[in-house]
Amino acid sequence: MGIAIRSQLAAAMITVRGLSLSRGERVLFTGLDLALAAGEAVALTGANGAGKTSLLRAIAGFLRPDAGEIAFAEADPAEARARALHWLGHLDGLKGARRAREELAFQAGWLGADPAGVAAAVDVLALQPLLDLEVRKLSAGQRRRLAFARLVAAPRPVWLLDEPFAPLDARWRGALGVIMQAHLDKGGAILAAVHDPLPVPARAVEIGR
Amino acid sequence: MRALLILWRRELALAWGGGGGPLLACGFFLCLTALVPLAAGGDPAGLRPVAGGIAWLALALSSILSLERLFERDFEDGALDLLALGPVPLELAVVAKAKAQWLAVGGPLAVTAPLAAITLGLPPAQAPLVALSALIGGLGFAFTGALGAALALGSKRGGLLIAVVVLPLFIPPVVFGAGALERAVNGLSPTPALALLAAYVLFAAAVTPFAAAAAIRNAQG
Repeated sequence: MGIAIRSQLAAAMITVRGLSLSRGERVLFTGLDLALAAGEAVALTGANGAGKTSLLRAIAGFLRPDAGEIAFAEADPAEARARALHWLGHLDGLKGARRAREELAFQAGWLGADPAGVAAAVDVLALQPLLDLEVRKLSAGQRRRLAFARLVAAPRPVWLLDEPFAPLDARWRGALGVIMQAHLDKGGAILAAVHDPLPVPARAVEIGR
Repeated sequence: MRALLILWRRELALAWGGGGGPLLACGFFLCLTALVPLAAGGDPAGLRPVAGGIAWLALALSSILSLERLFERDFEDGALDLLALGPVPLELAVVAKAKAQWLAVGGPLAVTAPLAAITLGLPPAQAPLVALSALIGGLGFAFTGALGAALALGSKRGGLLIAVVVLPLFIPPVVFGAGALERAVNGLSPTPALALLAAYVLFAAAVTPFAAAAAIRNAQG
């Protein structure tokens, strides 16, 4: 798994040059430069509405920038987004009426996980007791753990996280820190929008005018 | 390919689980066709010439019912972002969703269609043709409907908007499908009309995934 990730890497996994973003009429920021290197975690900070989520969505390809360039190492953007990106936003994409097991199998399988990867994610995130429950019966923190499982199950080098810890308790924030550190040690990279500090050593980048 | 299969299975499970959308569509279809003779009054023979047309109109309306949830539920809970980052292009994900919609909703409707058509006075001998043409047309309804559902993403009253967008695009299959039945009733070969219906379906299958994927990307921005 680690070797597979390493082979996809060059030094800078994502390079953002001169990026300008706006939402409707409002300009969020202009001329933003950012590089995300292998093995590095970057914490995006900034006031509410500064554009942290929009920057992440632009990197994921959901938002079209006004100007600037987003480049991925060794691949064209469409290919990189289809193979190398994990996205975990405010919404976790889980269907309330389905069982946790089915939703995990779908999300991880869709992103390319094998059954062994799913089993490992269930193990690491202690999801076993939740698997037979309907997703709507899970708490916000449990849902977040279930959504996070796809990142562990399907190895992809770049994690884009938007407020990943908001619903989690202290114990699970620590546990996710361990998982994130393991991802970084394998040569992965993390770009996270946060208000609280990340539980791993991270370079802080402030977004704002 | 494996990812598409996974998505397709999930779509089928979503369509059938929680609420039984396909059964609802079939129930609506039968209610609609049962109402027509009552509304038209006394003479069942008067309905016979238009039975095929009314059956196809009811089929088209029933096909619209479950379209609203096709992309909207994934849009609301964030799963659409996940689909956009999958290993296959969004266009193929749209194809997988449309095919699942066809199997989950179009299939049961095609099974129901002969019953509805016979209620309207179509000769029972035409039942296999009704089912076959409804099955072919259902694939076109699913692809065109997927385009409408994608265009309506994020709008309030999306279901109504889908109907307004999609119904005009349903005119060709309704004309060709009803035409096939009419020809068969009059002792002519239904093949030319079926061929036109199939041509529409192929056109819809080739064009709508690109348009729907573009509409989804636009809604995500």
